[in-house]
Amino acid sequence: MEQAAIETEGLGKSFGSVRALDGIDLQVAPGTVFGLLGPNGAGKTTAIRVLATLIRPDEGRAMVGGFDVVTHPGEVRRLIGLTGQYAAVDELLSGRENLYMIGRLIGLPKGASRSRANELLESFDLADAATKNVKTYSGGMRRKLDLAASLVGRPQFLYLDEPTTGLDPRSRLQLWVLIRELVADGTTVLLTTQYLDEADRLADEIVVIDHGRVIAGGTSAELKSMVGGQVLQVRPAEPGDVGRVASILAEFAGEDAEVHRDSQLATVTISQRSALGQAVRRLDDADIPIDDLALRRPSLDEVFLGLTGHTAEAEADARSEDNSERSLA
Amino acid sequence: MSTTTSTRAEGRNRGSALSHTLTIARRNLLQIKSDPEQLIGMTLQPLMFLVLFVYVFGGAIAGSSREYLQFALPGILVQGIAFTGFQTALGLNIDFQRGLIDRFRSLPMARSAVVGGRILADAVRVVWGTLIVAGFGVLLGFRFHGGVAGAIGAFTMVVAFGVTVSWLMAFIGVNARSPEAVNTFGFLLILPLTFASSVFAPAESMPGWLQAFVKINPLTSVVDATRALMLGGPVTGAAVKAVVWMVVITAVFAPLTVARYRRRL
Ligand SMILES: Nc1ncnc2c1ncn2[C@@H]1O[C@H](COP(=O)(O)OP(=O)(O)OP(=O)(O)O)[C@@H](O)[C@H]1O
Ligand SMILES: [Mg+2]
Repeated sequence: MEQAAIETEGLGKSFGSVRALDGIDLQVAPGTVFGLLGPNGAGKTTAIRVLATLIRPDEGRAMVGGFDVVTHPGEVRRLIGLTGQYAAVDELLSGRENLYMIGRLIGLPKGASRSRANELLESFDLADAATKNVKTYSGGMRRKLDLAASLVGRPQFLYLDEPTTGLDPRSRLQLWVLIRELVADGTTVLLTTQYLDEADRLADEIVVIDHGRVIAGGTSAELKSMVGGQVLQVRPAEPGDVGRVASILAEFAGEDAEVHRDSQLATVTISQRSALGQAVRRLDDADIPIDDLALRRPSLDEVFLGLTGHTAEAEADARSEDNSERSLA
Repeated sequence: MSTTTSTRAEGRNRGSALSHTLTIARRNLLQIKSDPEQLIGMTLQPLMFLVLFVYVFGGAIAGSSREYLQFALPGILVQGIAFTGFQTALGLNIDFQRGLIDRFRSLPMARSAVVGGRILADAVRVVWGTLIVAGFGVLLGFRFHGGVAGAIGAFTMVVAFGVTVSWLMAFIGVNARSPEAVNTFGFLLILPLTFASSVFAPAESMPGWLQAFVKINPLTSVVDATRALMLGGPVTGAAVKAVVWMVVITAVFAPLTVARYRRRL
């Protein structure tokens, strides 16, 4: 394997009694998108802040581009761009002034700072608002400006902490395109997101963390296969039938079917393909009219819920080791 | 990978701490453009103090408002500065709240520039406020008796004190948990310092226990020196004390503030 661009080893960080990072090992290959997933409070932002030299880890080591974040923060800062979870732009300046300021602060000459600012305003559709006060920007515009600010120095490593939160669908798609372009140019992107489809589409590799620990990792396909099997989903024509459908499905799936009352869906995970035919016959025998029946691979959402829903259990520790080994295999 | 690193890094020279400080100072001054209340505050507030104190209390304190204007103007210049320092504390604190400091700290820039630039910008505000109040005082009838040298000396003293106060306020700004806390601490500090001093009345007119405080209050030395420079009179004693105070306060709070700025999460 190529030398990792970002590498952490046993990263630990506590805030008082809260263990925000509890021994995180990450290996990010250069020129890839690495997705960091996890529920609220999992430690995603903390991990990014350590890698951005904003806080020091209590334990462990983190290397970015070959530099240790604790002993060589200056070198690391020259390589990274950070878009934090909350937009970090100056409300009292215009969009252009914000970007120009960053250019000057990272040592670009005046002319270059100005042209880089204009270039970025253009590519983020902010040219029309360039001279307006950021105070008057919408949330999405601020977000875009914040992203632009992290790109002023053409960073080799780009950290994006929930970059698309608050963006409309079109802007999200634009950002995805931009990220792919950056990666094609050799940028390494570390991304946290609440949107699993985002990780699914963008990330070459995904790590799921919870309570400051890695609980699973791999490509999105690997993660999906980890949950195993496929998902059979049935919607009866009569809302009242959903209970009966669920019990029929449960019979041959060998597990309780999940029922979504709102969408009138009964869902089970099945392991053999023949189950689909069986299900159709049994439902037909029972004379239950069906509106919709689908067999599909589990979504990353289901993987995610499956993984993080169990972490309260005491054996979480053992399982997290199991999973990370499995994912490397 | 190493080749991309060097080509990317080449486009920029790292820039000096000074240029970073100037960039931040420029940013803070540009903010005034979009926040005109700031400008109104830093212009009208000291003028209001001047007019109110001179015409409301002047007669009672000094026998006539004209005479009191001579006494009070140097004091009000210094007092106005103490309030300008609030902006330093608030501005820094708000930067922390908004996460902007995270961005600055993730950049390869001088660590001292954010605080230094803020203070430099506030020195510019102090110059502005001082010129406005002094000019308005002259319109109301204030007369310099210390000559041009005295006026320049007084101006220098006032601006130097402004920078000193900014360091103290910056310390509050980086330590306070919220802008509201800045207000609380700031007022608790500034009000007694400005009123229990020779800003508005001579120390001799106060009870003994208060005089003791007034005499060690750094503001008193600064005001006495400024007053002597503007009105003519013995300067040296007060000026030496004032300079010592300014050096001590800066030597203590500048490093503390920068260190705290680096460490705060
Ligand atoms: N500065 C801090 N002081 C105290 N506790 C903190 C601090 N920063 C983070 N924490 C705690 O550390 C844990 C991890 O927080 P973190 O912000 O890294 O989570 P996250 O995965 O980014 O969550 P979210 O999805 O909500 O953004 C949380 O329990 C949080 O309360
Ligand atoms: Mg977060």
